[in-house]
Amino acid sequence: MKKRDYYLTVISLILLVIFLYFADRYMDAYIVRILNLCAIYTVLGLSMNLINGFTGLFSLGHAGFMAIGAYTTAILTLSVNAKAQNFFLEPIAAPLANVVLPFFPSLLLAGILAALAGFLIGAPALRLKGDYLAIATLGFAEIIRVIFTNTQNITNGALGLKGIPAYTNLWWSYGIAAFTVLFMVLLINSSYGRAFKAIREDEIAAESMGINLFKHKVMSFTIGAFFAGIGGGLLGNLLGTIDPAMFKFTLTFNILLIIVLGGMGSITGTVISAFVVTISQEALRFLDQPMDLGFIVIPGVAGMRMVVFSILLMLVVLFYRHGLMGTNEFSWDRLINILSFKKPLLKGGKK
Amino acid sequence: MEMLKTDGITMQFGGLTAVKDFNLVLNKGEIVALIGPNGAGKTTAFNMITGVYIPTKGKIYYKGKDITQMAPHNITKLGIARTFQNIRLFKDLSVLDNVLIANHLHIKSNLFEALLRLPKYKNEDKKMLKKSLDLLEIVGLLDVKNEKSSSLPYGMQRRLEIARALATNPEVLLLDEPAAGMNPKETEDLTKFIKQIRDDFDLTIFMIEHHMQVVMGISERIYVFDYGITIAHGNPNEIQNNQRVIEAYLGVDDNA
Repeated sequence: MKKRDYYLTVISLILLVIFLYFADRYMDAYIVRILNLCAIYTVLGLSMNLINGFTGLFSLGHAGFMAIGAYTTAILTLSVNAKAQNFFLEPIAAPLANVVLPFFPSLLLAGILAALAGFLIGAPALRLKGDYLAIATLGFAEIIRVIFTNTQNITNGALGLKGIPAYTNLWWSYGIAAFTVLFMVLLINSSYGRAFKAIREDEIAAESMGINLFKHKVMSFTIGAFFAGIGGGLLGNLLGTIDPAMFKFTLTFNILLIIVLGGMGSITGTVISAFVVTISQEALRFLDQPMDLGFIVIPGVAGMRMVVFSILLMLVVLFYRHGLMGTNEFSWDRLINILSFKKPLLKGGKK
Repeated sequence: MEMLKTDGITMQFGGLTAVKDFNLVLNKGEIVALIGPNGAGKTTAFNMITGVYIPTKGKIYYKGKDITQMAPHNITKLGIARTFQNIRLFKDLSVLDNVLIANHLHIKSNLFEALLRLPKYKNEDKKMLKKSLDLLEIVGLLDVKNEKSSSLPYGMQRRLEIARALATNPEVLLLDEPAAGMNPKETEDLTKFIKQIRDDFDLTIFMIEHHMQVVMGISERIYVFDYGITIAHGNPNEIQNNQRVIEAYLGVDDNA
């Protein structure tokens, strides 16, 4: 790394920390919550991009992994009293009633359980390809949701869990988002990451170059599930309330939207897109309200703003398939070039 | 020394017999060619040897070891590498990455050592990089190492595929129509190049080729396929004068 880039990176990290400090102290709860969601969606987007964008596995099971993560942390962090209040239809299964863990081990366990589920579903499902894999993983996510709806004495069924301690703050969410970014960068630029990309590019060639397809696919899938579980855990402890209906396909769709807009196979793209999508989901809330355009009055329809994203997704898939970043990554050179309105360096040009 | 031997391998797809009772012997250091009209089953034979297809009948031995049922990646690990008839590079990745990926199969560091960039992994990574750069230099692609592989001209893509196959440390190299689509000059270069890598890397080469100039020029023995049946086998001279080979290529005059 060049010295200039090193300093620029350190300075921007310090600026981020200062910003977080002020946001944490002085900004109102609504904005802090959106900022938290941005970081959580970054984690979720990156975990899905590893599977779909870098390894080329068309998986739609993300909501399932998130549900496992969210429920694990929720159950482990709920106080004994809160558990008793929540489980009024049927008491919670004996060993869980008195277990209360701090946030970090709960999150870690959430990741591990999600990864385990990822491994168990991945081992048989990853023998499928393309659309078939998508259907199998989608089915898996639905199965998880139905199971959680029906295990009354573990998940409290359709009633959901309320009063989950709000442990997720800016430090947790941004700390974990930063860790995830670092992890992904290190993974993607390692020999294993190259093997993942080879599988995405051409399975047959990858296999005849000696890459064990199955092993690497399961590896990528399990790691993706791990971070999805952690993301789910952060989300649960941010919202304070979870129920199985939250983890429907639309949740997976939201994350898919982020990675397609940002660019399948770009860490930078996912991060930018996670922020843009999360913030505009809030900014576009006025679309859900009744609108008076002068000559016509549009009645308020909840979910109207999602139409914008659907159209955007269609446009991107039709006309700009690489998304915002394609498979490119952030570099200071690129940013400085953009900021100074210079044309990018020609290939092979001197730096 | 016998490197590769197939014992009557047969491949049936439903009612169609693509390859029938193919007996191949490759001795160490040889360059052997497999020729035949289009659709004769040559690539199918390759796919059986590399584990893409499991033969319906027959056995394949690599250095005396039965590899008939083995998965393709394990066969590559043992030391059989291949190129493809319709080039299969990792298109969106750089030239260097294409070759680096082919080093991955011999990696000893596990995922965590790689993630944490521990000395063991760093060492391995450095070696991989050096080996890949050396290979790119040998095939003359060092200057374009950062280009996207799909942006290379056709001849260079072919050479990159060979470099990539060499990066897996093979002892037997299978080339599927390496000269396809090349002009006479490129073909001549390729012929020299194949001989050179055979000597430099101590390889045994088995290739499918249509270019008779290449085939007759460098192969020591030739197998001829027609409709999946081995109709001839011998040195270039014998093959050129073999009546059945001439008939298979030029057809038989029914009026004669």
